[in-house]
Amino acid sequence: MAEVRAEMVANVWKIVVSEGEVVEEGDTLVILESMKMEIPVLAEDGGTISKLHVKEGDVVQEGDLIAVVE
Amino acid sequence: MFDSVLVANRGEIARRIIRTVRGMGLRAVAVYSEADADLPFVREADDAVLLGPANPAQSYLDIDKVLQAARATGARAVHPGYGFLAENAAFARAVIEAGLVWIGPDPKAIEQMGDKINARNLMEAAGVPVAAGTREPVSDLEQARRAAEEIGFPVMVKAAGGGGGIGMGVARDDESLTKAFEQACRAAARFGGEPAILLERYIERARHVEVQILGLADGTVVALGERDCSVQRRHQKVVEESPSPGVSPELRERMLAAAVRAGEAVSYRGAGTVECLVDADAQDFVFLEMNTRLQVEHPVTELVTGLDLVEHQIRVAAGEVYSVEPRVSGHAIEFRVYAEDPRRFLPGPGKIGVWEEPEGEGVRVDSGYAAGNTVTPFYDPLTAKLCVVGATREEALERGRQAVAGFRIEGPKHNLPFCAELLDHPEFVSGDYDTGLVSRMRNA
Repeated sequence: MAEVRAEMVANVWKIVVSEGEVVEEGDTLVILESMKMEIPVLAEDGGTISKLHVKEGDVVQEGDLIAVVE
Repeated sequence: MFDSVLVANRGEIARRIIRTVRGMGLRAVAVYSEADADLPFVREADDAVLLGPANPAQSYLDIDKVLQAARATGARAVHPGYGFLAENAAFARAVIEAGLVWIGPDPKAIEQMGDKINARNLMEAAGVPVAAGTREPVSDLEQARRAAEEIGFPVMVKAAGGGGGIGMGVARDDESLTKAFEQACRAAARFGGEPAILLERYIERARHVEVQILGLADGTVVALGERDCSVQRRHQKVVEESPSPGVSPELRERMLAAAVRAGEAVSYRGAGTVECLVDADAQDFVFLEMNTRLQVEHPVTELVTGLDLVEHQIRVAAGEVYSVEPRVSGHAIEFRVYAEDPRRFLPGPGKIGVWEEPEGEGVRVDSGYAAGNTVTPFYDPLTAKLCVVGATREEALERGRQAVAGFRIEGPKHNLPFCAELLDHPEFVSGDYDTGLVSRMRNA
């Protein structure tokens, strides 16, 4: 199980995957936006998205949980 | 001359414009969002009006609210700064229709230069060299493929209505063309536009050099030297200097003459910038785009010419007739102090605990923040511009090293360590660098 966390304060601009979806290493899970920059959050390992902890429009703080990949 | 100016912007540029407005004995009106209520530019203005929430669409980009603020405070002129509404012709027209003075070029010039394809064709007709590329925007991948084949790889792919490097990508083959095309389409969609995509010949060892022009009230256009903006990350500028160490006197003369022709072609008034790509090896240049506004990096030109560009914008907008004899002396460098980590350049907003600006001979700091403020994620990461000037480039570099070391920021992440690294990098120090410098530093 891998937890994907936010690296910075940001707004959740786009959710690219949905719960239950199978992803490969390097796939974009969500796209954050901070300071006019889009920051894709990538899967570090392949697996199934068991839980998405954010929705579009949310504000995440550094270290906040974004998704769990199993 | 009008007696008051509303500054439709925020942060360092609002503060910098307010300084000149007040220095000229005029009343300065600030507008701000809820997120910016504590920033220095709000308290340094004579009047300040809250526009709305942090989201730019509900504050800095809301034309009705900005005009309402002008009415409520009796402001007689509007300065847009850069970004936000600065290159929005509809805003410029709305300001004029409201009976206010627009501190910027004619809205028609903004429109002519805002559409990159139109601008390119216009410049070509005015005798300004342009890069081989699409004459009309392409809207699907098949057209893009044919265009790339005609121009020849590598090609630069960009959204016609874009700016600031957003949505730009280099394609070296068919596969990377697909990726770059899709990226540019996504950017075009975000600007709310049609997928109008431009392709251009990509120059490998390119320098980004731009010419500052000033269109005077009597119709003459003067060139105030050039700025080299080749230190870039993600196609966005980090450090600028004037004069450019990569431009020969002969090339400079041609570029300045072309920039004047570019300005004359659109009857330009006020401060504008003609951006060019210089082929470092061939010592040749092509027109890239014209920015019809004050530029972020305008201080380097001010430091080598002794002119206050904001003051000239205001005087020209007020219809004052006078002439300018441009003279460039010394060497100036600007470092953009971004709230981002110095390794990967990812945004790092946060609350500012310590903020101590360097001082000394030849040092100028244009900042938007002070200790106790919070750098929020809602706007661009520029927190300050650290500028140095010396008699020679060597002196400017040395003053830069001392000033970077003397700038203390704690709280948000910042790129001062990158600036220090750059100032000791042999390629930058030699002056013989190009737009690939930062990625070479990070991939080494």
